[in-house]
Amino acid sequence: MLCDECKKRPATFHMTKVVNNEKTELHLCEQCAREKGEIQFSMEPDFSIHQLLAGLLNYGGEAGVQPALEKDVVCGVCGSTYDEFARTGRLGCSHCYEEFEDQLEPIIRRVHGASTHTGKVPKRGARSLMVKREVQSIRNQLQAAIAHEDFELAAKLRDQIKAMEKGQE
Amino acid sequence: MSDATPSAMPRWMDGTGASADIVLSSRVRLARNLEGVPFPHLLDQRQATEVLAATRKAALELNKFGFLGTVRFVPLAEVTPVERQVLVEEHLISPAQAKDVQYKAVILSQAEEVSIMVNEEDHLRIQCLLPGLQLQEAWALASRVDDALEQAMTFAFSESRGYLTACPTNVGTGLRASVMMHLPALVLTNQAARALNSVGQLGLTVRGLYGEGTEAIGNIFQISNQITLGRAEGEIIDHLSAVVAKIIDHERQAAAALLREARDQVEDKVSRALGILSNARIMTSDEAIRLLSDVRLGVNMGILTKVPLKAANELLIMTRPAYLQRLAGRELSPFERDLQRAALIRTKLGVRQTA
Ligand SMILES: [Zn+2]
Ligand SMILES: [Zn+2]
Repeated sequence: MLCDECKKRPATFHMTKVVNNEKTELHLCEQCAREKGEIQFSMEPDFSIHQLLAGLLNYGGEAGVQPALEKDVVCGVCGSTYDEFARTGRLGCSHCYEEFEDQLEPIIRRVHGASTHTGKVPKRGARSLMVKREVQSIRNQLQAAIAHEDFELAAKLRDQIKAMEKGQE
Repeated sequence: MSDATPSAMPRWMDGTGASADIVLSSRVRLARNLEGVPFPHLLDQRQATEVLAATRKAALELNKFGFLGTVRFVPLAEVTPVERQVLVEEHLISPAQAKDVQYKAVILSQAEEVSIMVNEEDHLRIQCLLPGLQLQEAWALASRVDDALEQAMTFAFSESRGYLTACPTNVGTGLRASVMMHLPALVLTNQAARALNSVGQLGLTVRGLYGEGTEAIGNIFQISNQITLGRAEGEIIDHLSAVVAKIIDHERQAAAALLREARDQVEDKVSRALGILSNARIMTSDEAIRLLSDVRLGVNMGILTKVPLKAANELLIMTRPAYLQRLAGRELSPFERDLQRAALIRTKLGVRQTA
């Protein structure tokens, strides 16, 4: 979002003015906000992060940076398109993450430096996911054990994985 | 003015919590969306109404857990524009949540340390706001609210991507943790830029509360995590806490250096600030914030002994435009606000009004 005043710098201030019972909203850059005097007490950390995404997607459709898709992808559930996401930075529904998986993957990696969730899991379905994560972690240890030719440990880990996967069924 | 102090101020302003001299507040926000429902910006009237109804029901069920006291569900279309702006000034809702309010609501815990925004960018944004440095506590509370809500609704979640949010910058944990810090000594000694620039390189972001970089008005800065995916919530919170602890150290060292090397100048500066605040008849919000920052510094350095930290904190919010208008019970022109603001500050600082 560009500054309402100079239309050049990104707006980082959101001000609400009430004059003669008229409420007007202003989006200003730091410099113009200071020149205007009264600054709204705003604490929206999300704003600068949205700008980061805007930079990656280059919203506003300026030519060049945004990779043009040959055919726009459409979400079968909510009907929004990848192009809409590229313009607004917002997806239409949770299913969009699957529909636009290929396009989103590099963006998510750029923003977060990772693409797989390792945090909290909803209580429902938590158990099976926890087991899956555990199995994955033991698989990694197994790989390491094989690489170090520690076959005794490897056999032990393999049994452990088998037992856990059996418990899942 | 009948009563300068409204009955209830949100708990985060009370000046308690660890390192409360430097850390004003700690906030944790969790973004959650309902499974099988488009994100808020795509909802039609019927769906938006259904989300409101479902969250109202879930809010009522929060009452049975007891840890939030009596929970209020506030449809934002049913409160006045000034009241909505007060909620923004108190940091209980975002500026975006106060706009286009037809299908928006906020759920507030009794002490207002928990506020849940409904139909903002995501269906639910659970916020916990505590005084001082209490990130772990805020995260624990937010997670508890999340668990309680989950008993009434199913959240959109993917095993690989985590909690699914309207914007991929929030996906994964949906967690944004932030700390509001008052760093006057670092700014006075020209060290703020250096101390804060390093933060930017650690996957965190810094914002001036009223400005950017070193020119933040009132020397108030907000530090928050940028990455929400690929790290567990505990890691994000620990990382932010560790960085904040370092900045607190820097600020304390800078304050000690000031006292050692420029005691007279600092005493002069903070005493003048208190003098102006105690006597001015017209006060703009900009000037108020700058002077309150100086007074806070004086309180923390033990120079100003008669001003409670709590009063200085509360004034940062109470001198905001909507808050003043609520106190006055009507809309005020900017000039009327400047008069009201000056009067409120004098009252709050305990200056007897001259007849
Ligand atoms: Zn501008
Ligand atoms: Zn979709």
